[in-house]
Amino acid sequence: MRKVKVNQIKNKVKELFLKANYHIDQELMSLLQKSLKEETSPIGKSVLQMIIENNKIASSEEIAICQDTGLAVVFVELGQDVQITDGDFTEAINQGVREAYQEGYLRKSVVDDPVFERKNTKTNTPAVIYTDIVSGDKIKFLVMPKGFGSENMSALAMLKPADGPEGIVNFIVEIVKKAGPNPCPPTIIGVGIGGTADRAMVIAKKAIARKIGKHNQNEKYAAMEKEALEKINNSGIGPAGLGGKTTSLAINIDYLPTHIAGMPVAINVCCHAARHAEGIL
Amino acid sequence: MDQEKKITTPLDDKSVRQSKAGDSVLITGYIYTGRDAAHKRLIELIEKHQELPIDIKGQIVYYVGPAPAKPGYPCGSAGPTTSYRMDPYAPYLLDRGLKGMIGKGLRSKEVIESMKKNKAVYFGAIGGAAALIARSIKKSEIIAYEDLGAEAIHRYYVEDFPAIVIIDCQGNNLYETEPPKYKR
Repeated sequence: MRKVKVNQIKNKVKELFLKANYHIDQELMSLLQKSLKEETSPIGKSVLQMIIENNKIASSEEIAICQDTGLAVVFVELGQDVQITDGDFTEAINQGVREAYQEGYLRKSVVDDPVFERKNTKTNTPAVIYTDIVSGDKIKFLVMPKGFGSENMSALAMLKPADGPEGIVNFIVEIVKKAGPNPCPPTIIGVGIGGTADRAMVIAKKAIARKIGKHNQNEKYAAMEKEALEKINNSGIGPAGLGGKTTSLAINIDYLPTHIAGMPVAINVCCHAARHAEGIL
Repeated sequence: MDQEKKITTPLDDKSVRQSKAGDSVLITGYIYTGRDAAHKRLIELIEKHQELPIDIKGQIVYYVGPAPAKPGYPCGSAGPTTSYRMDPYAPYLLDRGLKGMIGKGLRSKEVIESMKKNKAVYFGAIGGAAALIARSIKKSEIIAYEDLGAEAIHRYYVEDFPAIVIIDCQGNNLYETEPPKYKR
């Protein structure tokens, strides 16, 4: 067994949340630049220019890209040959989040009771943590500060198997059109197909973090991604919903085996500030 | 894009009438922040016929919950939040003289009707351009509901705050008129 101290976990999570909230990755910046060149709407162009300028300011001054520094989502791949020592694993992650949000001047956006008191926990915790046990002796973290302007536009449909790829593409396009300007387009759309209702949404969320420019390795799924993206960008919604052809930057579909009777399709919407960071211990 | 128009707060009927959907504007003067929790409290006061902690006549409310300010900065990153969550509350404030709202995203039919009736304007700021927008916020102070943290009502002094008139006081709506031009 390889021993990993909780303090290392805490420090890694903290480092990754700070990085994700200040720095948009270079591939996404390049894609925004490319979209700016190709956008034909004058308002759309000016919105994209502002977004690019904003991301440069945030990165160079190390301030939050967006004031909504999100609910802290953490995907963990925990090697089965790792032994965690000196404390509690979940608490270490939450402590990393607390320190990042406190020391990094990031907004604390978590309320304790979703319906009645809605009292801010003032620490941006608890984080939403998904842990998969995998082989090996490493711990891999993917952190995602998830803003709620876009999260609120997410949707789930329990489609019939007979609805097929056409039904799926139509559902994706319909949800993005309905969201219009609300989720801060140009968006990145994560789509999870299969599994169960809950599992589909988890893989949809993780799909948002896919490397820019990559499609699903299965050609049939990649074709659905391309078709949905084209239809969405033909909708005219455009940057900030003010008209143009840059409505989404990517449609990332992942899939899982599912039940003979179903075809769950989950859509998790992410704004242009698609913030995430990865690290390994 | 067209030349940017300068607007100063508080707004009078003339500046509201001259703000047309599609105008790029630069706002200078005091504006007030408010989002979900602050709106809920304001409307509770109105329903109890009690005085509001701010005089909203002629003012602009900015739907924002800023990030904390880094030392040396007057304000943290401060982009707009999605406006529709304030839709149930907005007509109450418009009826009491609120003249402008800054946010992002769609508004309800009721809000647009109330804007037409009360002569008010809905400005859009660019969602996610929070670090850039914060540069136009020169001063920030908490005016009410400090316990709400980022959701407290702040008073900002802004200089050349960049926004676009999305819905004007006649109900012209950029979200309805622009996207169809680029539909293929």
